[in-house]
Amino acid sequence: MKEIYLDNNATTKVDEAVFEEMRPYFCELYGNPSSMHFFGGQVQSKVNEARNRVAELLGALPDEIIFTACGTESDNAAIRSALEVFPDRRHIITSRVEHPAILTQCRNLRQKGYRVTEIGVDGVGRLDMEELKAAVDTDTAVVSLMWANNETGVIFPIEEAATIAKSKGALFHSDAVQAIGKIPINMAPSNIDMLSLSGHKLHAPKGIGVLYVRRGTPFRPLLVGGHQEKSRRAGTENAAAIIALGKACQLAGQFMEDENTIVKAMRDRLQEALMTTVPHARINGGGAERLPNTTSIAFEFVEGEAILLLLSEFGICASSGSACTSGSLEPSHVLRAMGVPFTCAHGSIRFSLSRYTTDAEIDTVIRELPPIIAKLRQMSPFGREHLKGQV
Amino acid sequence: MWDYTPIVKDHFLNPRNVGDIPDADAIGEVGSLACGDALKLYLKLDDNKDKIIDAKFQTFGCASAIASSSALTEMVKGKTLDEALAVSNQDIADFLGGLPEEKMHCSVMGQEALEVAIFKYRGMDIPQHDSEHDHGHAYPDYEGEIVCKCFGITDTFLKKVIETNALTTAEQVTNFTKAGGACGGCIPKIKELIAQVLGEAAAQTRTRPEKLSNMKKMQLIQEVLERDIRPLLWADGGDLELIDIDGAKVQIAFRKACAGCASSGNTARMVELKLRDLVAEDIVVEEVSQ
Repeated sequence: MKEIYLDNNATTKVDEAVFEEMRPYFCELYGNPSSMHFFGGQVQSKVNEARNRVAELLGALPDEIIFTACGTESDNAAIRSALEVFPDRRHIITSRVEHPAILTQCRNLRQKGYRVTEIGVDGVGRLDMEELKAAVDTDTAVVSLMWANNETGVIFPIEEAATIAKSKGALFHSDAVQAIGKIPINMAPSNIDMLSLSGHKLHAPKGIGVLYVRRGTPFRPLLVGGHQEKSRRAGTENAAAIIALGKACQLAGQFMEDENTIVKAMRDRLQEALMTTVPHARINGGGAERLPNTTSIAFEFVEGEAILLLLSEFGICASSGSACTSGSLEPSHVLRAMGVPFTCAHGSIRFSLSRYTTDAEIDTVIRELPPIIAKLRQMSPFGREHLKGQV
Repeated sequence: MWDYTPIVKDHFLNPRNVGDIPDADAIGEVGSLACGDALKLYLKLDDNKDKIIDAKFQTFGCASAIASSSALTEMVKGKTLDEALAVSNQDIADFLGGLPEEKMHCSVMGQEALEVAIFKYRGMDIPQHDSEHDHGHAYPDYEGEIVCKCFGITDTFLKKVIETNALTTAEQVTNFTKAGGACGGCIPKIKELIAQVLGEAAAQTRTRPEKLSNMKKMQLIQEVLERDIRPLLWADGGDLELIDIDGAKVQIAFRKACAGCASSGNTARMVELKLRDLVAEDIVVEEVSQ
């Protein structure tokens, strides 16, 4: 069965041009970029080229790019560094809808005696800026806020938040793994100190990430050892993956406009069609500014895992904010923070598109999903009760 | 993706007996929208009002909740009410060729709906919902104190599930009942309940013997550690190992969560009291690091 892959916020297909770019660096050009000989040197120059390509996509300087193993490592490194740089500041600010890479870390730090404030969001997932302004003080070491939410695609006013953080001397970090490659980002005029990127969200392979650290921002490494990455991240460079990421960033820049026109149009068509054909459905975060590729739709009276597995029968790959897919028993913390009622949160499905998504694939979803919802509602005691036949 | 058996998949994709029975003799309803799963079970009895001749269901929930409901209806058809009452949640899981442990609560929900339907039919007492908490009840109220406030689950119900399924960790209890799966506030209480159930099972048996040969004493120490003490530690993710027995001196080493635990001193003391209680009064427990 051919897959219809609409789960690009989870991970993406490696672009074939990206794979070709990295292919020689396994069996042929396998030298260590730190070596003195010509054989390592030619890898070093490709790594430098990759660094330039990443920097260009971000509007950054090449020496502001630190290669890491993943987005989670970048997030951990950023927060740990900020706390080491400001040993006297004991306060961390983040939001209630962050990725676990940030939230779990902050909650662990709370156990160790740090004060952690989690800023709330409104019903459509927008950050409470007044709460943020009130929370930042001279004890705040770091403010870490995601650029765009992985579940709903809702975009935070990250520059404005950074300015608020800077006004009290705190460092500002943004987990931008969902935003990079989907919306334009320019670090040059920005107030953001640190930024996390993950390769596999933008058609590079898994196992490669970036932490951007603004020139002049004090930094303490998470991994120490060798002098790689100017002693800011020890460990032999994952050269092939770095080279792949460079190519992926170059392509992301080229496809940025398509992402915001063609992909966005498909996303809009999908959600409008489903809103029209399926009663008792709503778009989570629909009233907020969102990424062009993401839509999270709540179907009342049915449960997400059941929807996903029936979609899977047609090759359609999506994800859900349902508790039953994750092994946890509470529906998604993001939807709960938005105040989405349990009745909707359990039946929420996220579709995340990419430049590989086709109109024909969207047509298939528009055709196959409504009968699936109807079938499950017919089976559900609440569906029967509330909808009285009009499922 | 969950590792569902082909039977689970079949009962999910082609559920048997979906719907309702307008003139049902017995109806059992458990769960709520808030909990994320719910089941309404209809039973039709024969003229003697003894044997189940038809069963139908409606379920809101994940694939394994739907499959468990479908399996349940197939299993109870043709059974007498007493035979049906003997169906356990493990029987439902077995019928399906097994369920992932995180999904065992789906089989528990099936068994509960069956019990509620039959109890109600027989005019036995099923207390009504109270809706003081957010989620509503996952399972019918058993008399007792609410332990998990998120899902409204009582200590009596939890003890029953712990005992029937021989559960030893809080995580297992969450997988089977959902209790502790939301805010996690009741996990310490769940651990206490596990310890109680395990303790009760152990206490039924023995008192301290009058006189012991050295050989007998060593055997008994090992037995008490295995049967009465280690299960209590497992409930907290810990363990211990018997290192040596020298007369009345018992050397143990803590493992897993107990190793390096700040309160391992108290745990060692607990082990000593238990051994004195069940083996000999003069026993001294010594913790060694090995």
